[in-house]
Amino acid sequence: MDLWFSEFHTPHVKLAIKVDKQLYSGKSDFQQIDVFESPEFGRFLTLDGYMMLTQKDEFIYHEMLVHVPMCVHPDVRKVLVIGAGDGGIVRELSRYKTIEHIDVVEIDEEVVRVAKEYLPFTACGFDDPRVKCHFEDGLKYVRHHEDEYDLIIVDSTDPFGPGEGLFTKEFYGNCYTALKEDGIMVNQNESPFYANDARAMQRAHKRIHSNFPICRVFQAHIPTYPSGHWLFGFASKKYHPVRDMHAADWKALGIETKYYNTNLHRGAFALPNYVQRLLEAMEELPGNDTTTTLNTSNGGNT
Amino acid sequence: MSTDYRKNQDRAPIAEALEAYSSERVVPFDVPGHKHGRGNPELTAFLGERAMTLDVNSMKPLDNLCHPVSVIKEAEELAADAFGADAAFFMVGGTTSAVQAMVFTVAARGDKLIVPRNVHRSVINAMVLCGAVPVYVDPGAHEELGIALGMTLSDVEKAILENPDAKAVFVNNPTYYGICSDLGGLVKLAHSHGMLVVVDEAHGTHLTFSEKLPISAMEAGADMASVSMHKSGGSLTQSAFLLVGGKKASKEDPSNCAPSIDPAYVRQIINLTQTTSGSYLFLSSLDLSRKRLALHGKELFDKVIEMAEYAREEINAIGGYYAIGEELINGEDIYDFDKTKLVIHTLPVGLAGIEVYDLLRDEYDIQMEFGDFGNCLAYLSVGDRIRELERLVGALSEIRRHFGKDPIVSLPNNYIAPVVVLSPQEAFYANAEHIPFDSSVGRIAAESIMCYPPGIPVLAPGEKITEEVLDYLRYAQEKGCQITGAEDSSLKTLKVVK
Repeated sequence: MDLWFSEFHTPHVKLAIKVDKQLYSGKSDFQQIDVFESPEFGRFLTLDGYMMLTQKDEFIYHEMLVHVPMCVHPDVRKVLVIGAGDGGIVRELSRYKTIEHIDVVEIDEEVVRVAKEYLPFTACGFDDPRVKCHFEDGLKYVRHHEDEYDLIIVDSTDPFGPGEGLFTKEFYGNCYTALKEDGIMVNQNESPFYANDARAMQRAHKRIHSNFPICRVFQAHIPTYPSGHWLFGFASKKYHPVRDMHAADWKALGIETKYYNTNLHRGAFALPNYVQRLLEAMEELPGNDTTTTLNTSNGGNT
Repeated sequence: MSTDYRKNQDRAPIAEALEAYSSERVVPFDVPGHKHGRGNPELTAFLGERAMTLDVNSMKPLDNLCHPVSVIKEAEELAADAFGADAAFFMVGGTTSAVQAMVFTVAARGDKLIVPRNVHRSVINAMVLCGAVPVYVDPGAHEELGIALGMTLSDVEKAILENPDAKAVFVNNPTYYGICSDLGGLVKLAHSHGMLVVVDEAHGTHLTFSEKLPISAMEAGADMASVSMHKSGGSLTQSAFLLVGGKKASKEDPSNCAPSIDPAYVRQIINLTQTTSGSYLFLSSLDLSRKRLALHGKELFDKVIEMAEYAREEINAIGGYYAIGEELINGEDIYDFDKTKLVIHTLPVGLAGIEVYDLLRDEYDIQMEFGDFGNCLAYLSVGDRIRELERLVGALSEIRRHFGKDPIVSLPNNYIAPVVVLSPQEAFYANAEHIPFDSSVGRIAAESIMCYPPGIPVLAPGEKITEEVLDYLRYAQEKGCQITGAEDSSLKTLKVVK
């Protein structure tokens, strides 16, 4: 049987993955959820037809979103994870003994249920007793918390559909408020390569930049995401992502990783020229999203 | 609320006839000249082939809006049934055209019409056209919120007793802000004095369809109502219903000595000004929207109410902002409140409503319905979802954090009773001149001047300019109110009748 999963990365480019069988297909209140088994990538999860993770390359995404901020912040005790219904982020976080509590806010409980049944390699993260799941809108949850978290990880889908609210200026601003005075926020920041993704990446950066005094972008290579070149945002009230990293302390923890290491951490913030230009354009221009008033009022907090 | 329909509300005769027409592949040697879009490929690509195919002219199987005998007639009867009216008319010139038709129906040249002072400009414009004379009633204003309210029974009774020759009472119900008058009481009062009641229900399409909302015009026994289906009802912009009622009221109320309105006469009035080529896109949108509201209105508007209540709770929990609700009801000038309206009072966070409106638009990509001095309003309807409300609440909390200041104190509102000397028609067509503001006392205004807050006119064409009016305008200008309507916006001069 010639069965393939395919996803358009642009109207003129598509990625196709040979599928052995479909393990799950269902529609939740929020989205279409599918799980497939494939010879090359193992099991993979798609939401509304968009690739979320594969068994083969999910480690890259999850390690980069967790270990980068964990190597910078010296004392993370309380973490908020938004999105991440597959459990991969929590799995990486649970390797740190010093973390006391992890709140996971996922809008779609069905994703967690499906992950627990079909994706045990990531959903194992939910077994950690420090994890508490909240099934509600991330935008709403974060609005009700102030000065509470050391680290917020935004593991969002895309800036359309149910994840839309997690790319807005009000959301990033509410995250700022929910963080302690030395808190860090990291987020999935789309890709710089194809035009549509690049626009989303720029908009997200502009909005985060208008809310946080320190705002940097880092990159990783994720084969099953459009273009394979993927970006993450690092926003912080106090710590610089490279100058303030604690490489020796992190190594001493003895956490074994497949992708992340402290040299790669430094290098991940070194971006190609065209990406730098796309980002700088957002930092310089006070367009629709940014105003000098906003920057000033944030400046007062640094 | 009328849940027991006499007719099969599952039907949509106009939409069904259009479907049948497009499947017959009729050769069009009639207008419109784009001929199902073939003659204008760019427009067809822009709007879609389907829309162009349905953009057709009156013809035998599709009936005629000016003299309906088949599918439009059936559709109008279904609409009347859905709204609990004696008759309904499909209007394609906006709710403005329905409001005009109401004024033209009840008042001829020189006839008096009792209206709230904050009446929509379309009513004054209609009076310019037909020569009716307004008798104004103070709608009252909320001191803290700075918004105009509803007419009280006692104020309307006073106007009726002072003007026993008035033909009708005109009511805005609900207002833009969701404030309702005692419509049932007003209808009984006016009818017992032989006067008709006509209602601008532009912001109350949904009232008919939920028992959790204030009474609708038809249910209250009003004689006519203009309903903006395109606002909360889901039809295309510019489409509306004009409803005729009153039969129920005349049967149930023995003291009712008001004349009855003949729908055939209303049809003639509408045909004075309405287009003879009514758009079938508008007509079918009215037809299908009426069907949807009749069949599913209850659950749809229950959901809207639920969303509005949720948003109110969340906004009030932010601190500072005040999302107004049923607690305002006082049995007088706030007789009832339309819970679907999400009005946010912003002065306690130190920002004018219009500032919050602008910030939401410019900083957060959120478009509100409007902002005035003290408030901004989100229009909730059948198309909304909780996730967008989360964005609104999130953005409001951010605006308070970034831009919040010390609370702003509301401005006091003094109602100035207007002195009507000429009818709006006489003043509109009179020779006029601009004279210095300070020397205009005693002259007759040839223009309207409106002051926000609270959005009540200070002068309308035909009214005497008094010292009191000038004092108020000086004060309002000094306090930074938004003053609109005058040709000379600096107010150095006023336009008066020669």
